[in-house]
Parts: sequence; C-alpha cells; structure tokens
Amino acid sequence: MPAGTLYRGREGMWSWVAHRVTGVLIFFFLFVHVLDTALVRVSPEDYDKVVATYKTPIVACLEYGLVAAILFHALNGLRVIAVDFWSKGPRYQKQMLWSVVGLWVVLMLGAVYPVLGHAARELFGS
Amino acid sequence: MSTTETTASGVGPVEGAPVHSADNPAPLIEAPRLRTKKTPKSTRGNFEMYGWLFMRLSGVVLVVLVLGHLLIQLVLDGGVSKIGFAFVAGRWASPFWQMWDLAMLWLAMLHGANGLRTVINDYAERADTRLWLKGLLYTATVFTILLGTLVIFTFDPNIR
Repeated sequence: MPAGTLYRGREGMWSWVAHRVTGVLIFFFLFVHVLDTALVRVSPEDYDKVVATYKTPIVACLEYGLVAAILFHALNGLRVIAVDFWSKGPRYQKQMLWSVVGLWVVLMLGAVYPVLGHAARELFGS
Repeated sequence: MSTTETTASGVGPVEGAPVHSADNPAPLIEAPRLRTKKTPKSTRGNFEMYGWLFMRLSGVVLVVLVLGHLLIQLVLDGGVSKIGFAFVAGRWASPFWQMWDLAMLWLAMLHGANGLRTVINDYAERADTRLWLKGLLYTATVFTILLGTLVIFTFDPNIR
C-alpha cells in the first residue's frame, strides 16, 4: 500500500468507488429523464418522438446499464445503512458486499429478457 | 492562553471553583472537553449530520419508489415498448401515481444533489472551483425539481 493515502483497497474501498460512480451516472440520467418527460407538456407527438429513441436497440443496452447502476446503488446503499445502524454491520460488511454482488448478478440475469427482449426482437425479428 | 488571572502555577481559573481554598489546597484543572465560557461557539450547526441522515432515510424510500418505477416502465406489460403519451396520461389520471412520481422526483433530486455536493467537496481543491461547481449544481437542481413538479401538476391529457 502506498504511504500517505487514505485509499485502503479491497471490498470496502471498491464498493465505495462503485457506489460513487453509479450515483453520479444515475444523477446525470435523472436530469435528462425529467427533461424528456417534460415534453408531455409540449405535445404528444414530440414526447412520442423522443421516447421512440428509448426503444432503439442501442439505447436499450444503455437502459440495461442504467438498471445495473441503479440495482447496485440500491442494494449497496442498503448495505451502507446496515453498516451504519446495525451493531454487527461493520463486522459483516464484506459478507454483505458479496451478498449484494450475488443478488445483483441474479437480478441482472432476470432483467435480460424484459429489458433487452424488445431490442432483440427488433434486431432479429420475432 | 491569554487570561490575566493565570496563577504562578500556570493553571487558569476554573469556572465555578476558586483556584485555591482551604478545602482545595491543590490547583484544580478543567475536566477534559468540558463546555466553558472559553469554548468557541460552533458556527456550523448540525447540517452535515442531517445531510447524512437524509441520505439514509431518502435512500430507503427511493429503493421502493425507483425499483417499483423500473418494474412498471421496463419490465411489466411489454417493457419499454408500451411507453408513450397515452401511457403517461393513463398513469397520471390517478393521484396515487402522481404522488408517487412527485415524491420520487423530489427525493431523488435532493439525494443526488447532496451526493454530488459531497463529490465536489472531495475532488475540487480550489475554493472558487467548488463555488462555481456547486452554484451550477444547485441551479440545475432547483430548475429540474421545479420543472418536474410543474409538469406533474399541470399535465393535460387533452393537450391537443
């Protein structure tokens, strides 16, 4: 470990890094999402035109990435709360992180068909 | 230590007790961390503690609101392909979903803005860089919250 750094590596630091990166990404998406939804106040045609881009295969992959970021941030956020408020939280933080990662993998596999199925039908026909 | 009453022993006056008395021949010293008249008044309040608490409370609520939102928008009933003006109109006809989206908007924007404030404080080293980035952040946050709130409350399904 290099001297003079607060970064300790391992599960604790990398989960913190991932929480930060996913949080910033989600926040930037939120700005865009409020703006695109605001188009319902302009006209149905303009709204539907912009929402059509959400249904293209490339943006569907970005949506899958958004779901990945949100699910990790949500599950790891619950782990952070457990570390802060549960008396045994700090002792089990590593086990909780690997539970979070495991649950995240399962949910992401479950999200493949619902989120990407539409794009797959568009690309390869149904 | 700039008190004029310092005794020869170097021990300052202790509040509520004379330095020496017949019953206290030895000099008294303050208990560690005792709040006295000399303790500087805090100018910061508990803002950061309330910020920390808000992140956890809003986080728990957002897990329910956002995962429910993702389930409805991206998974159930054809996923993203069913979304359109008519779908939005159908959902916002119900005050329940209006309140759901309003709570999600406010909590997510404030949660995200406070998170980004922390990130700016951590990485922007110059004071004026922090000032400008946070000014931009707060402007964008207020604009987005007000715009979203306006859209939810003034939505008109018969806009044409």
